[in-house]
Amino acid sequence: MAACTALEPMTIARADEDAAQEFARVVENHRLQIFRFLLASTRDVDLAETLTQECFLKAHRNWGSFRGESSAMTWLMRIAINLQKDHWRNRRLQFWRQTRTNAVDLDEASEWLPSGESSQEQRLLARERVAQVWRAVEELSARQRTVFLLRYVEELELSEIAQTTGLSEGTVKAHLSRALARVRAEMGGQR
Amino acid sequence: MNDELDKKSRASEPAAQEALDPVLQQALNDFKASVHAWSEAEFNRPRTMRQIVVRRTWRLAAGWSLAGLLLAGTISGGLYERHENQLRAEAAAQAAAQQRELAAQQARKQEQKEEEILASVDTAVSREVPKALEPLAALSDDADSQQQQQ
Repeated sequence: MAACTALEPMTIARADEDAAQEFARVVENHRLQIFRFLLASTRDVDLAETLTQECFLKAHRNWGSFRGESSAMTWLMRIAINLQKDHWRNRRLQFWRQTRTNAVDLDEASEWLPSGESSQEQRLLARERVAQVWRAVEELSARQRTVFLLRYVEELELSEIAQTTGLSEGTVKAHLSRALARVRAEMGGQR
Repeated sequence: MNDELDKKSRASEPAAQEALDPVLQQALNDFKASVHAWSEAEFNRPRTMRQIVVRRTWRLAAGWSLAGLLLAGTISGGLYERHENQLRAEAAAQAAAQQRELAAQQARKQEQKEEEILASVDTAVSREVPKALEPLAALSDDADSQQQQQ
């Protein structure tokens, strides 16, 4: 019994250490993904960085309550989406800050292309296509944009998107269809 | 609302996982590649804490400066107004005192004038002998001289 009580603090310390290591791994594995999603959602580098940090801070505080019912990525993405919602809600209330935004414009966002061996003409065409998609994304509702980005940038499965957003799979499909219709319309097809 | 959307989507919307036409697929691939390239560039951009701290410090300093300016403006405005009020009150008091002095002087002058008039009237009255009593005076003079002779 005495040995058991002596071992208890060590066991707790070890468990804490393991949890910290596990969380560090989660941060390492998912930080870029969360940042990318927030960057694509806001087009604001500073804001995306801040929200990413807040997301992991919140995750760290609640790491003990994470039971692994969903994947860590889904859990983190849900936190990120909620933080983003809170941010915009607070910003709406802070009317004096509404005019100030660091979001880059669509043309600037479209200039980013992976460095490949494609020709100049192909790069121009790709840039134009990217700009069209950005323009369509700009017009989407917040929920449609979230679903669209999770599907076509983060390549999540419909079930994962449903888990992340708290919507049903059918609703996710509906949002995706409408988002795609918007992209098609922007590209000159039928809405 | 979500259920309605769900039903609608099942009834009328094409499935999200439908085969996308090649142009749309290409556009989505380019978009994904672009977002990945951008986020990776920003994520790996060497960013010293100094930059962030400096930027935030500037914002903070600008905010505090503005607040300080507003406060200083309010206080100095109040003090200026108070000082102006004091000056105005002093000037008004001075003007009132001057007016009082002037009025007193005028009153004194008026009084003096009246006294002078009264005095001159008194002198004039005392000097003048009424002509109607003149013969009587002469008589009294004659009677006096006769008594003295007797």
